[in-house]
Amino acid sequence: MRQARGFLAPYLLSLPSWVYLLAFFLIPLASMLGMALAVGDPISGYTMSDNYQEVIGAFTGYESSFVRSFWYGTASTVITLAISYPVAYWIAFYAGRHKSTYLFIIMLPFFVSFVIRVLAWEFILSDQGFLLGPLKALGVLPESFRILSTKWAVIGGLVYNSFAYYVLPLYVVLEKIDRRLVRAANDLYAAPATAFIKIILPLSAPGIFAGFLLVFVTNVGDYVNAALLGGPGTYMVGNVIQDAFFQSQDYPLAASLSSILMLMLMIAILLYSKAFGTDAIQEYAA
Amino acid sequence: MSQDDQSGDKSMQAFYRGMTQPRLSRQNFMRGAGAAMMAALAPQLARAETVKDWKAWWASQKPTKEFVFANWPLYIDTSTDGKDRPSIDAFEKQTGINVTYKEVIQEDAPFYAQIAPVLKSGQPSGYDMIVMTDGWYLTELLMQKFLVPIWREKVPNFDKYAAPSVKNPPYDPGNKHTMVWQSGLTGIAYNPKMTKREITSYEDLWDPAFAGHVGMFSDVQELGCAGLLKLGINPTTSTPAEWEKAAATLKEQKAKGLVRQYYDQSYINALENGDIWITMAWSGDIYQANSKGYKDLKFVVPKQGAVIWHDNMCIPVGAKNPLSALEWMNYYYTPEVAGMVEDYVNYICPVPAAKDYILNVIKDPAVANSPLVFPPQSELARVHEYYAFKNYADYMKWNNIFNPIVQS
Repeated sequence: MRQARGFLAPYLLSLPSWVYLLAFFLIPLASMLGMALAVGDPISGYTMSDNYQEVIGAFTGYESSFVRSFWYGTASTVITLAISYPVAYWIAFYAGRHKSTYLFIIMLPFFVSFVIRVLAWEFILSDQGFLLGPLKALGVLPESFRILSTKWAVIGGLVYNSFAYYVLPLYVVLEKIDRRLVRAANDLYAAPATAFIKIILPLSAPGIFAGFLLVFVTNVGDYVNAALLGGPGTYMVGNVIQDAFFQSQDYPLAASLSSILMLMLMIAILLYSKAFGTDAIQEYAA
Repeated sequence: MSQDDQSGDKSMQAFYRGMTQPRLSRQNFMRGAGAAMMAALAPQLARAETVKDWKAWWASQKPTKEFVFANWPLYIDTSTDGKDRPSIDAFEKQTGINVTYKEVIQEDAPFYAQIAPVLKSGQPSGYDMIVMTDGWYLTELLMQKFLVPIWREKVPNFDKYAAPSVKNPPYDPGNKHTMVWQSGLTGIAYNPKMTKREITSYEDLWDPAFAGHVGMFSDVQELGCAGLLKLGINPTTSTPAEWEKAAATLKEQKAKGLVRQYYDQSYINALENGDIWITMAWSGDIYQANSKGYKDLKFVVPKQGAVIWHDNMCIPVGAKNPLSALEWMNYYYTPEVAGMVEDYVNYICPVPAAKDYILNVIKDPAVANSPLVFPPQSELARVHEYYAFKNYADYMKWNNIFNPIVQS
């Protein structure tokens, strides 16, 4: 009896997570896949079909949006990594007792609503705004120069919005690195750059990996930045799905595209973790 | 039993069959999962029982002392401290009906998505009156029979005071289910400092001189109308062949790099910031931009005409206090009340006589004499209604023609 209880305990303890997974992940997922397979329209209702071709067929016509989403997602994630690594590194190694203050400052903008922050960039970056206006008046930039309504505005918006989500996982791993290892490397005549490449970078790889997933997945599916900062020709899959859902009320199309996007992300993540997964990282570190 | 119920049952059977079959093929498993989800939805998809005889239904209604009104934000007269709504207060005093006013409608689509499943299941939405823009979602409410036909004898003021432009609209012939709350124009707005010339035509949105500074709407219903009007085609009576032509000219506009962005509501910021010089625009936004300090901005009804849209009061099925809703409609369609609301809201007033009330009683000539709030008859003669979609396939045809312009 006692043994049985001991055996069950971990399952019982994890029950809330299972219920949570079921209610907020598995059921919505099944409902999305079901909708992707449905045929009909909002007036006369929907019936189930088993037409998988239809689901895959939804892809045609939207290839460019998918390609664009993955390209914006990758570019923005790489740029975010490049910006947030030095920041996380500096806070972890040099901020001393003010670490939490700096982390708080990084988190601060995120207390403001996401859409408001993006709208603020629309204002700051406007053609005659207080950033570009003076530069144009001084002749530093040509009169026709603009940032808004370009792909760089969208990628920039994605970078800005994912910054904190990359700094935090990086900070967590960098903070934990045993400083004696770096000192040992120095004692063994490693130049600072070598010590960084041989010691710190490999040890922080799990943070790079986790942050990459966190930021990449969110950014590929984003649609707010493209809608507010983009121009013609910056439409991402998220925008197409939003249109299909709210404008055309084409729920099967929206569900099909969402399923395809999810599948592609899953494949991308699998390949990614296969290539740079934690096993490989640990081998490298060892 | 409705079609949906049957399909739910059928898929339920398929589900059980799938579950009890010894070897579960992957295909069956997938179908089972889908069926399980559809079965879960079945109660929601079941149709509400439709009332056959609305006359008898109305006759059976008893007056109540409650009224729940769902509207858009900033869409009714409000005192400066935000605490009082004079038109509602006066209504409560006059009728003894207690009004619950909810500013819950931000956009048609999400609001529709919120109430449709409830109405479909035969449950009351909790609102006695909602305000919906003419367009697909209102059409869909009508097609699904989600709106209670108005008992017209109880709203005599509508026939007495309503503007010709809001009577007998193409989306609801004879005003059987809807009465306009406010209207607005979709025309062109521009910044004369930037364009350096007068704007008079949709052709101006295609002017290469403004390349990269032209704003167009991302809403394909609006975008399509702009393309049609540029070609001199009346959207109300347009045909799919003409939609194709309009799409071609819009594609050309995009390919030439004229369009800066396909905007939603945020076009007004871009216009105020000077990012766009000329844009498709809603009249009410320009009026508000003018009054908050952007005095240069101009709104024009182009020579091909503008598009007029209407936000409509309607009674959703299951309304608990339908007689109060009729009472409110009749109350609203008077020069006094419409004037009171209009002096605050500043879109296009459905009651022309409110102009004199605002001028002589409220003494606010800025609103009364504004051509944006009370457009002169000569301008109203040049406006067009949206094309009213006949069914979902018709709507999808329009979408499939115009969506690629915004999406690619």
